[in-house]
Amino acid sequence: MAFAKQISGEGALKRRVVKNRLFAGSVIFFSMLTISPILLIVYKLVAKGYRQINIDFFTKKAPDTYEAMVAVGAGEVIPGGILNGIAGTLYMVFIASLIAIPVGLLIGIFLYDQQSKRYAGVVRDVVDILQGVPSIVLGLIAYFWVVKNITNGFSALAGSTALAIMMMPLIIRSTEETLKMIPETIIEAGFALGVPYHKIILRVLIPSGFSGLLTGILLAISRIIGETAPLMLTALGSMQVNFQIDKPTSAIPLLIWEFYNDPNMVDLIWSSSLLLMMMVLLLNLLSRQIIARRS
Amino acid sequence: MSELIKQISDPVLEIRDLSVSYNKDKSAVTAVSAGIKKNRVTAIMGPSGCGKSTLLRAINRMHDLYPNVETVGDIFLNGEDTADMSTMMLRRKIGMVFQRPNPFPTMSIHDNVIAGYKLNGIRLQKSDKNDIVEKSLRDVALWDEVKDSLIKKGTFLSGGQQQRLCIARALAFKPDVILLDEPTSALDPVATKKVEELLMQLKKDYTIVMVTHNMAQAARISDFSMFMYLGELIEYGKTKDMFIKPIDTRTEEYLTGKFS
Repeated sequence: MAFAKQISGEGALKRRVVKNRLFAGSVIFFSMLTISPILLIVYKLVAKGYRQINIDFFTKKAPDTYEAMVAVGAGEVIPGGILNGIAGTLYMVFIASLIAIPVGLLIGIFLYDQQSKRYAGVVRDVVDILQGVPSIVLGLIAYFWVVKNITNGFSALAGSTALAIMMMPLIIRSTEETLKMIPETIIEAGFALGVPYHKIILRVLIPSGFSGLLTGILLAISRIIGETAPLMLTALGSMQVNFQIDKPTSAIPLLIWEFYNDPNMVDLIWSSSLLLMMMVLLLNLLSRQIIARRS
Repeated sequence: MSELIKQISDPVLEIRDLSVSYNKDKSAVTAVSAGIKKNRVTAIMGPSGCGKSTLLRAINRMHDLYPNVETVGDIFLNGEDTADMSTMMLRRKIGMVFQRPNPFPTMSIHDNVIAGYKLNGIRLQKSDKNDIVEKSLRDVALWDEVKDSLIKKGTFLSGGQQQRLCIARALAFKPDVILLDEPTSALDPVATKKVEELLMQLKKDYTIVMVTHNMAQAARISDFSMFMYLGELIEYGKTKDMFIKPIDTRTEEYLTGKFS
């Protein structure tokens, strides 16, 4: 204290303390402000949705509007669940992953490998543009490619195609970034043992970056799992649990949209949204866990 | 220069007129010729950027990894032109250890030692595997420290242990020559001492070529020394002679600390 007084005087020091507190206070305030939406969202979804969350919710398909109307009129919980949506979402995300993961990983490896090449730059730009294409446009494209020409009708395959196109740029860039982070010394170690280049990629690079690649894939899934617009034009939706690739298929976000349009089903919006939100949250937490364990 | 090179009788490695350039205008190594004597430690010294690492990496053709690097000249290993050998064969005979320890992070200590076999798809009997692992780890004096944790990841070891593991990985192929690129620059003094003692031991069975910019280290452990400056091999001879009575004034200035 004496020393501080000597160089700057008591008043200056006090001013600094006040400034410091003011700054710290505002940082805390705005941090709270930023996280408050997520807290409010979760609160709202739980408060409005918990009544509908029961075993039936996961094991029965969506009720028709008459059943719902009767239940609502009697002040009861709406019967049935959203199994058709859960199954459809899992099914279509699975098919989309089957398409997007191999292609995404391969292009990501290609971009890493050819970093400074001109055509790799072009591919990288195209991937970035693809990432910026509005999802409804991708839905439209999948409609013309798949619905019109392959499955001759709305289908799970069409929905998965649209979702896969959305996933690809995310996986490509995360793959490239992950591989770039692996120290070159590891690659040289393999090279100094006479290991051929393709084996270094397959057996050194990919295992070393495995958790990063997995994280990228999980985040890509969490990004597309709630997509609605492209599915409206491709998978359309269905009241049945469908695992046929060429038939219309439901999905959780599609059901939320349908419930929104039916005054009798409003209660189901909240529980469905809660489930979707939880799935995304879980994927994000899982990928965070993987990142944490890696470092 | 030339009579000094002739002193090296029956060399394991013979470098003839080797030049390496990273781009067309500037060469990093210019017309270096030298023989490397069997079962000796040869140190390559010189200030930063003098081309010593570039020269070392030319010996096992690490430059093949980078298409923009141009290498001219010949290197013979036991009389055989290394340019005619497959990179796999060449690197089985010439092992390399790097500046920073670089064990494979996804592999156990055991697998790291035999990584050369594993990654090249060379199948071994289980007993052979264990023998190679034990022998290599004993050679680098690491066996007693890690024999109970062979299944642990190599990256759990301390920096000095990791570097010895990397040397063991190079030894597992029973190479003729081991190249080391400033192997102790990332290690603490105690670990450095261990690695230096190890290299003195290893020269009984192997020929060692080591890049260092630590003159004291070269003086401590090498039998022969090269001094490089601006890509040229300025002076090459017995370490003792060079440190006591350098021939070239640039060598003398470097050794006396006039520049570094």
